[in-house]
Amino acid sequence: MLAGVDMSFITYLLNGISLGSVYSIIALGYTMVYGIAKMLNFAHGDVIMVGGYIIFTIMSTLGLNPILGVLIAIILCTLLGMTIERIAYKPLRRAPSLAVLITAIGVSYLLQNLALLIFGAEAKSFTSVIPVKPLSLAGGRLSISGETLVTIPLCILIMTSLTIFIKKSKIGRGMVAVSEDKDAAVLMGINVNKTIAITFAIGSALAAVASALMFSTYTNLSSTSGAMPGIKAFVAAVFGGIGSIPGAMIGGILLGVIEILSRAYISTQLADAIVFLILIIVLLVKPTGILGKKIQEKV
Amino acid sequence: MKNQVLNLKTRVMNINKSTRSNAVTIGGILIAYVVCTALINSGNMSNLLRNLLVAMCYYSIMAVSLNLTVGILGQLSLGHAGFMCIGAFTGAFFSKITVNTINNTFIRFTLAILIGAVAAGLFGIFIGVVVLRLKGDYLAIVTLAFGEIIKNVLNVFYIGYDSKGIHFSMKDTASLNLEEGGMVVVKGAQGISGTPRNSTFTIGVILLIITYLIIVNLVNSRSGRAIMAIRDNHIAAESVGIDITKYKILAFSISAALAGVAGVLYSHNIATVQSTKFGYNTSILILVFVVLGGMGNLRGSIIAAIILTVLPEYLRFMQDYRMLIYAIVLIVMMIFNWGPACINWRKNHSLKDLTKKLMKAKKEA
Amino acid sequence: MKKRIFALLMVLSMIMLSLAACGSKEEKPDDGKKDQKEQVNDKVDDKKDTDAPKFYIGGIGPITGGAAVYGQHVMNAAKIAVDEINAAGGINGYQIEFRFEDDVHDPEKAVNAYNTLKDWGMQILMGTVTSNPGNAVKEETYADNMFMLTPSGSAPEVVQYDNAFQVCFSDPNQGMASAIYVANKNLAKKVAVIYNSSDVYSTGIYEKFAEEAKNQNIEIVAAEAFTDDSDTDFTVQIQKAKDNGAELVFLPIYYEEATLILTQAAAVDYKPLFFGCDGLDGILGVENFDTSLAEGVLLLTPFAADAADERTQKFVADYKAAHDGTIPNQFAADAYDAIYIIKAAIEESGVTPDMSISDICDGMKEAMTKISVDGLTGAGMTWTSSGLVNKDPMAVVIKDGQYVSAD
Repeated sequence: MLAGVDMSFITYLLNGISLGSVYSIIALGYTMVYGIAKMLNFAHGDVIMVGGYIIFTIMSTLGLNPILGVLIAIILCTLLGMTIERIAYKPLRRAPSLAVLITAIGVSYLLQNLALLIFGAEAKSFTSVIPVKPLSLAGGRLSISGETLVTIPLCILIMTSLTIFIKKSKIGRGMVAVSEDKDAAVLMGINVNKTIAITFAIGSALAAVASALMFSTYTNLSSTSGAMPGIKAFVAAVFGGIGSIPGAMIGGILLGVIEILSRAYISTQLADAIVFLILIIVLLVKPTGILGKKIQEKV
Repeated sequence: MKNQVLNLKTRVMNINKSTRSNAVTIGGILIAYVVCTALINSGNMSNLLRNLLVAMCYYSIMAVSLNLTVGILGQLSLGHAGFMCIGAFTGAFFSKITVNTINNTFIRFTLAILIGAVAAGLFGIFIGVVVLRLKGDYLAIVTLAFGEIIKNVLNVFYIGYDSKGIHFSMKDTASLNLEEGGMVVVKGAQGISGTPRNSTFTIGVILLIITYLIIVNLVNSRSGRAIMAIRDNHIAAESVGIDITKYKILAFSISAALAGVAGVLYSHNIATVQSTKFGYNTSILILVFVVLGGMGNLRGSIIAAIILTVLPEYLRFMQDYRMLIYAIVLIVMMIFNWGPACINWRKNHSLKDLTKKLMKAKKEA
Repeated sequence: MKKRIFALLMVLSMIMLSLAACGSKEEKPDDGKKDQKEQVNDKVDDKKDTDAPKFYIGGIGPITGGAAVYGQHVMNAAKIAVDEINAAGGINGYQIEFRFEDDVHDPEKAVNAYNTLKDWGMQILMGTVTSNPGNAVKEETYADNMFMLTPSGSAPEVVQYDNAFQVCFSDPNQGMASAIYVANKNLAKKVAVIYNSSDVYSTGIYEKFAEEAKNQNIEIVAAEAFTDDSDTDFTVQIQKAKDNGAELVFLPIYYEEATLILTQAAAVDYKPLFFGCDGLDGILGVENFDTSLAEGVLLLTPFAADAADERTQKFVADYKAAHDGTIPNQFAADAYDAIYIIKAAIEESGVTPDMSISDICDGMKEAMTKISVDGLTGAGMTWTSSGLVNKDPMAVVIKDGQYVSAD
């Protein structure tokens, strides 16, 4: 009996990690843009939705190779991200950050309604792009899906390469400089506009990768399917300390695990409320998130 | 420092100007009220617009009250709709159970408004105490979290009453164990329906003016100056002996109570209220009003609330493209209003400038 | 300065808006109609340009936002029915004008949509598509005494007043029928329910099902909820059903979530009998869905898109032709029927377009209790003055990727 309880706990834990890994990969894009451009890009979730539709069109409607679909989605989403940045966010570079936040919401509405017009309101069923078989453990009583097996290592890979990129490369260090002090960065000869554009490009490319993984795990695709994961990933990014790249990953996994465990052991109806309650408690104990830096304010 | 002293000086000099500006706003509301009433009475107003008038009032109240938190206190809140939700539910609940006992509509509705305001205000104090030590985006996310908690919890509320009193459950209607003839007042996802429809345009306008006066008086009082000092530099404010926590909670709870009033107005306007209405989408919509109208600018909030309430309705002729156009208009308005390049362009092409130039040209001629 | 110009700008646009409002209102109804016709791009014959009076039927439902798919099906199907009736000479010789307005699945917007339609001249309301908006709009129609027929707003409260009628089954009705069906066919003794606690339709069916299950000696071993905000991961709900040994999983939800539940249940090798209501109809039409996962799913629905009768086939073919090959779901069928029910009620009562809204309503609600309509969603549908429909639910099972009658 005890073994049975343990087994279902482990199953829930694995499910939580699987959900959390999806949140992580979305949160990476969120936190990247926030860390450098200091803006909450509420349209990030909708870029993921667009990525999903691009892969779906190439793979299921045109019947081409899924890998090709993901690659094209990465390219198109990058272009989309840069276009959005150029048209909607760049004119507001010196405006208050709230103004950009609202514009981002406008972009989010725009993408959702465009997708509704182009692809229709009918939900589509996404075919997994990940050809990995589920891993069976403990004599078949436990199984980890292929999607989770791919998502977590990929998440770690992206996390480390992003960290190295930012620490070591010239562009990466330029990003750090822009995030710390825009004006000083200009004086040091850094092209702020170019740096921010590159940040958006990377963020949107990550969104395309996230869409491939998310829709492979949760196969329902409609024009609003990016909105809620976007918000949850935003919560995850704050959870881990917004702006911190390892924080986004830890925050994402934790959020997924908490969500699944509270659904399993407390209430399925109130799971969302419990997740948010735990978030509040964590932030009260650590006001800048798990890995967030404490900023000293000077007068 | 010198700058601040100068700033203070201009502020003192401008007191008359601010009184004048308030008179203009209230006068504007009153003129709009008179015009609208005349149009209604002469039968010249469309059903749509007539029905939207109350909505404009409660969204304006929401915008003005959020402006207190965002523009005047300088704290980003993404859960303002949560307070509206509290007000809407408590007010509707009260009206629904007393509809047969208190026959005087005016007294009942006034009580409902007060109850909604107090309930939302208490929540505001509670949340304020918990969260106001956080800052910036962390505060924003916690307010968002509170809004979502309120929404999710109310979504599973089942409350009914019969001769034995009030029954409560968080599972389903059956577990209320009501006796025959008992009434289910709050019904989970269906919320409260059949609330008496007591909200009228007149009441809405009166509440809007009261809200406006409350906030304007607060801003121009000693407390208001303390609140703005916290916004401009909280460390400096603390060092001159301003009790930051007290003033933050004061502003936050007043803002919440006023949102509660708007909630009562909402639930008594369309007769049915569900908690799912008050998620982050509505909170963000209110924030859009505030940012578009100008942070700290109450009149701007009201105007933005009115425009953005009416706009999607008058885009209906676009059919499927309606929300798409709405999104584009929103982006364009934001860039036009806040983009530094646009602000410069407007400065160079303003009407005042144009008239000046014309005058000059005339003189020269 | 900046603020002042902003204010000025706002006031200017306000004035423009109100002018537009007045303008459109003062136009003669005829002009309005022409505009409408151009936008909707209806296939209308030339007869319409004559000044003969017409019936103005309005529809309300979500055509944008998360629930858009339901409203769009209703709108499209109603237009097909209207075009058919108009082509066949109208109702008692009067043509129909139909206009559909968006409510984004929000009660507040639904009331706005209602008033927009009223300004347009609506005499009869075919709406609303969903229940919560319906609860708000019913107060308006009751106050105006306007006839209201909801195709798919299934909460019993929507038809609480005497001017409102339903085409679909009410939620408690479906919950009860489901429990009785499970018991009568002896499908299972241990049942799990997965329902959407933020949805009125889903909770309404679940509550009545749970109540009736007690009477029928069915044990509910797990009743697990999800919400609109977390409707992607169902692993916990499925695991609980599995751990508690449920032989049947009752899904009183819509088909989008059901595809995910079926996929995720298959991933953990859990194969109980899945049983659903009319919300599951449409599951085979989800683009790219692996229908082998839905094999053996039972659903109690009045409509299945591949029924053999001629009318259903013609409707499905017309719908597919007009809308890119999309297969209509039960919302579409309900709406198609709704227009024909309105036609039958008008013919029975003999009301004419020149009568007042209230007189039309009085005539039609009287007629509703007398008529019997054969539609796509049931043969011999009749109504009581309570507004609820009497028709037989039909059990359908999915076999080889097709809906097949289960009886």
